[in-house]
Amino acid sequence: MEALAAGPAPAPRNQIVVGATLASVAIAMLTGGMLAIWAVKRSAAIEAGQSWLPSGISVPEVPSNVVLIAFPALCSFAQWAVWASKRNDRSNTVFALGVSAFVALLILNAQAFIWNQMGVAVADGQYGSMFYAITGMFFALVVAGLLFSFVAMFRYLAGRTRERQILIAHAIFWYAMTAVYAAIWFLVYVTK
Amino acid sequence: MTTIDSSPDTSGDSTLARPLAAGVDWLTSSDHKKIGRILVGAGLLGLLATIVANLLIAIERVDGGAAALDSDSWAQLLGSQRVGLVFGTALPLAAGLAVAIVPLQLGARAIAFPRLVAAGTYMWLGGLILSFVSLLNNGGFGGGDGDMVDLFLAAHGLMALGFTAVGISLVTSVLTTRAPGMTMRRVPFFSFSALVFGIGLVLVMPVLFGAMIYLFVDHRSGAREAFGGNEGIYTWAGWIFTQPSTFLFAVPALGLFAELLPVTFRKRAKLRGLVFGGLSLVGVSALAAVTQQLRFDVPWEGSQLSVADGDDFSTKLGDVAPWAMFHLLPLLGAGILFLMMLFLAKPAKDDDGETILPNITAGFLFAFFGFGMIFVGMVGSAIEPIVDLGLVDTVFSEASLVYVAYGIALGAMGGIVYWAPKLWGHTLDMKKVAPLALLGVAGTILAAFPHYIAGFLDQPAGLVYDNGDLQIWNILVLAGHGLMVLTVMAFAGLLVAAMAGSEQNAVDDPYDGQTIEWATTSPAPTSNFVDVLLITSAEPLLDLKTANDSNTGSAS
Repeated sequence: MEALAAGPAPAPRNQIVVGATLASVAIAMLTGGMLAIWAVKRSAAIEAGQSWLPSGISVPEVPSNVVLIAFPALCSFAQWAVWASKRNDRSNTVFALGVSAFVALLILNAQAFIWNQMGVAVADGQYGSMFYAITGMFFALVVAGLLFSFVAMFRYLAGRTRERQILIAHAIFWYAMTAVYAAIWFLVYVTK
Repeated sequence: MTTIDSSPDTSGDSTLARPLAAGVDWLTSSDHKKIGRILVGAGLLGLLATIVANLLIAIERVDGGAAALDSDSWAQLLGSQRVGLVFGTALPLAAGLAVAIVPLQLGARAIAFPRLVAAGTYMWLGGLILSFVSLLNNGGFGGGDGDMVDLFLAAHGLMALGFTAVGISLVTSVLTTRAPGMTMRRVPFFSFSALVFGIGLVLVMPVLFGAMIYLFVDHRSGAREAFGGNEGIYTWAGWIFTQPSTFLFAVPALGLFAELLPVTFRKRAKLRGLVFGGLSLVGVSALAAVTQQLRFDVPWEGSQLSVADGDDFSTKLGDVAPWAMFHLLPLLGAGILFLMMLFLAKPAKDDDGETILPNITAGFLFAFFGFGMIFVGMVGSAIEPIVDLGLVDTVFSEASLVYVAYGIALGAMGGIVYWAPKLWGHTLDMKKVAPLALLGVAGTILAAFPHYIAGFLDQPAGLVYDNGDLQIWNILVLAGHGLMVLTVMAFAGLLVAAMAGSEQNAVDDPYDGQTIEWATTSPAPTSNFVDVLLITSAEPLLDLKTANDSNTGSAS
């Protein structure tokens, strides 16, 4: 039997970008699932005539709103890195990635401040455990994003300047995190 | 020593060093065929362990009134059954076969993100071992030991993360690594089913992970208020262990069945879009998991399924829609595959006027029986929520899960037999393997169908029952699980004997295949293909054979 004809070498098909998009979908599903349970529990508590937010606890709105504003800024920095790398602008790319990491650090700081200001204990009934579960998950995702920013930056600094897909994936991750935080902000911090 | 002498450290015939090096090579491999085989092998072991748990449950149930085990042990045993059927059997077998075969079918040299798949595999394996450790030490659903319950929850979170990683890799592979010319309509049915399965994993597993985070924090912190502590685990995460969520894990087994139809009946599969649609409809069950639906209640009389004067039709439609969507659409999808089989099985003649005889292989027998068992499980699952039948909280639900999980296992065995030449370089003996398919289907029917009957006779889902007439059905179930043990052990024995026995004997294309995995050598080399193949149709190998036959005919 004759062999099948060999074809041309396949063109790159954005494997990292597709993978990052799927990972972002997974993050959205994780958050969506948790927020759905949050909404069910909150609704049940209110229907039973109970207060969802424990008495004496107030949500610090300033840091939660600041985080909401910080995310679009973070996305623009991540996109700036992509834009600069396409123009082989090494200094701007590294600077944009560095600023992305810095904003992620600020977000982590703001989240820690929210925990400190609210003063809810994990064992404070259903609100406490669920609040720390969902905000802790968000905190862990931002830590992952921070590491991603550092990895992208160090790879670029090390000379892998042609691998732009990882910078696009990095930007996709932060876009997804912006959507995730917007949902958390509305359900956890606004509707309370 | 000259410069071309082998290093004495690596060339020595140490009896310890070589197996150790081989073991390290396997455990650290990024070859998708090795990773897939690790998943499949561990899945077969998980299946055996699960059947043993099922046997213990069945032995306990034979004498319904006098249990030898205490209530805690009984709860752990039932937990082991659910965990084993879903995470120990159905998921690793389906995922393993997909990881091992999909890149070969796509004409790719490697799977996308191989290290991610390997990491996912070991996360799953570690999670499974930890979950069984916790179950053995009074953890699990309703477990009495707090630390072990925490371990159980963490282990399931680990497994959910692992399968998310596998899903991302499978989907990315199908979307980005196809050979030149392989459009999405030309993707083989099994690879398409792996795409549906992978998307389902990406959608479902993070939701399970989120539920596990809530349950873990609630339980570990000592609050145990939001989710009811250990007693709430099944309420909030039980949806992953029951139907229709488990239909998602059956998609690769159904894809294998669809894959083998054209090969078995030696025809081109027309209406490929219909098969893709059927597989996708089964994948709709993923949405039941995404929405975390544990129970569907569908009263027959006076409510959803009948509309009397003055009833609000839109309310009734809204109530019945989730049940219809998550149970009937997957059933419709599986029905489409059955119709495709009837369509292809219709007698036909070739160009020379000769009747085309089907080439029924042991792999097809396993896949056909696996499909049948999954279908019966789907039918049972669809009628269970009809409240008037009184099947809720009976053994009926367990029976439909056994049908689906054992059906997936039979399908996976079919895949192992069919692709053994590519994975191991051996063709399994049809005369030895085919009887095992019959034994397996007999075992599955006996292990599940009597509990369908016992469900109608109101045998509760737990251990104890009062009605002595139910004993006979439980004895039959015991016999069924016994037959399944024999089937799996004999199958594993045959597989090991074939691998350890004579030299690799498989030809490159033993089944007259149509897809491009049969164009490479048996076993497939590490990078699958020497050249990147150019695909011109959904059946590239069949095209080539037809062209060769035409050339031979015209030359003579």
